[in-house]
Amino acid sequence: MNTQDREITYREAVREAIREAMQKDERVFLMGEDVGRYGGCFAVSKDMLDEFGQERIRDTPLSESAFVGAGIGAALGGMLPVVEIMTVNFSLLALDQIVNNAAKYLHMSGGLFNVPVVIRMATGGGKQLAAQHSHSLEGWYAHIPGIKVLTPATIEDARGMLWTALMDPDPVLIFENNTLYNMKGHLPANPVPVDIDHAIVRRPGTDITVITYGVGLFKALDAAEKLSEDDIETEVIDLRTLRPLDDETFLASVAKTHRVLIVDEGWRSGGISAEISARIMERSFYDLDAPTERLCGVEVPMPYAGHLEQAALPQTEDIISIVKRMVKSNG
Amino acid sequence: MNMESTKKGERTDIERGHAFHLLYEMLRIRRFEERCAELYSASKIRGFMHLYVGEEAVAVGVIDALKPEDSVVATYREHGHALIRGIPAGAIMAEMFGKVEGCSRGRGGSMHLFDDKTHFYGGNAIVGGGLPVAVGMALASKMKKEKGVTCCFFGEGAVAEGEFHESMNLAALWKLPVIFVCENNLYAMGTALTLSESVTDISKKAESYNIISDPVDGMDVLAVEKAAQKALTAVRAGNGPYFLECRTYRFRAHSMFDPELYRKKTEVEEWKKHGPIVRFTRYLKENDLLNDKDLDDIEQKIASEIEEAVAFADAGRPEPVEDLTRFVYSEGGKS
Ligand SMILES: Cc1ncc(C[n+]2csc(CCOP(=O)(O)OP(=O)(O)O)c2C)c(N)n1
Repeated sequence: MNTQDREITYREAVREAIREAMQKDERVFLMGEDVGRYGGCFAVSKDMLDEFGQERIRDTPLSESAFVGAGIGAALGGMLPVVEIMTVNFSLLALDQIVNNAAKYLHMSGGLFNVPVVIRMATGGGKQLAAQHSHSLEGWYAHIPGIKVLTPATIEDARGMLWTALMDPDPVLIFENNTLYNMKGHLPANPVPVDIDHAIVRRPGTDITVITYGVGLFKALDAAEKLSEDDIETEVIDLRTLRPLDDETFLASVAKTHRVLIVDEGWRSGGISAEISARIMERSFYDLDAPTERLCGVEVPMPYAGHLEQAALPQTEDIISIVKRMVKSNG
Repeated sequence: MNMESTKKGERTDIERGHAFHLLYEMLRIRRFEERCAELYSASKIRGFMHLYVGEEAVAVGVIDALKPEDSVVATYREHGHALIRGIPAGAIMAEMFGKVEGCSRGRGGSMHLFDDKTHFYGGNAIVGGGLPVAVGMALASKMKKEKGVTCCFFGEGAVAEGEFHESMNLAALWKLPVIFVCENNLYAMGTALTLSESVTDISKKAESYNIISDPVDGMDVLAVEKAAQKALTAVRAGNGPYFLECRTYRFRAHSMFDPELYRKKTEVEEWKKHGPIVRFTRYLKENDLLNDKDLDDIEQKIASEIEEAVAFADAGRPEPVEDLTRFVYSEGGKS
């Protein structure tokens, strides 16, 4: 039915991916709060209860620790669960199950028990939801060996990453930025699963590399477009996967442009951008013409007031001015 | 449970001034929130906003029975609690407008109303998140031999969280001065109670922790008030925690983004007929405690208070961006 190029939303892309997985493999089921009758808190699973029934589209009580743990258990028991946590903010109630169980069974059992669970959740700020509802903790999860951390930004990745994640023998966390669900984009005909092992150059450039992921990608592409009017050619890299990091793709870019800015909505201290910066220093120090820089979320709980929230998040204009300054410097 | 305890002739012992006060406060919350909904559509209020329409009798009945030294811990659906507890309407509205004059300086918004003067410890946006905190506040009162009681509100959805059970146990084990008020409006977002609990009688869960537990008709402000007074007397006597399950209903959507696919319009309409305000108004009229002129006066007074609050919020200042990183750590505060 999808033999044509189409414009669809990010939300529809995620929905199609789940539907397709459920059609392909009977072991796949979706569970989480309000995924059924409510249609999903971001309407991702709208109408899926009618299509698949309540055995496979499971509304859960407000029990993050229990249903995430149950997802891990069901995976151990031979199912392929897609667990939806409404947002990353509530994943904090399931942290023990994710960190102590999902990420550890394989190792603790000496390789006997792998956990093929997929846990999806919305992430990010930008909607004036204030301090407890605006976290960007994907970089924080990327600290944990034993889980994989995906951050699909494009329609194609939203559509194609889920199946690959389900086929992965180990636990995979998928972070969907909450501001992207309404984004429309192009989906090529006959969409196929995509790889989850590589970062990708989304825009080639010669003067500087901007490394980012998630919603940051669109800010970076926007900035690159405007910078090119000033004859600054920015290479934009979409990390796609925060764990394991694909060093080779961004190091190759550094070797070409010699300047790097990392853009990340998470907090700066101990964030994913710190890790990337360290890897560049360790392996590409002599390629650099200027110190690596970072543009991160300001280190403050997210304030409610809109102007403060916007000031706390990296913006296109910030990218433009930092890039201009960095390109001018001779290092 | 008697659904119609506010019947003609049943309680004429209620003092007219007090009856007026209860009605006034419920109507005040209702009208305030109706205005909030308009202001949300006008984009003056942003983010998540959860209205309490239909549930007013619970906050009014319980909080009116509290003393100034008591503390309140509430959820994201807390405009009503904040109003009846005494946070000025203007400070609440300014908070939702994101202004410095707001009760949380515009940092919190609708879900995070705070006020030190009235011991209002928030709006918590994590379901169940306030329960352990309330237990700890009660622990402090007990250890300091202070008189205050902590009053903790939460929805029936929170009962499924581990934090609920851990908090019940701890409060009972340590005999803490806390009153738990479950606002059972039958739905947690789109999930009906019957679809999320193997045992739907919530008061039984508290009982299983050896906490005295009363189910209350949460649509009857007098019944709620009476139950709250009884509970508070027991807690103040040092008997440990008390649990009230207030059975109520949310008339509007869960938040401003909810298409309400999970319940029938007719179900909502049926509940509205038994709403706390229509019911109490009818009762007062039938007992000759209220006439149309009184009601007009009340409405007018409320309308002008709300318009003042909106004007106050409109005239407020946005916080300077230079101050963005304040309040991450204390600025010379006390420990
Ligand atoms: C831990 C957690 N999980 C999920 C949510 C999203 N959420 C917000 S309110 C809500 C429903 C809560 O229902 P209930 O406790 O009955 O209170 P009500 O909203 O009906 O007043 C949900 C699922 C949340 N805020 N916190």
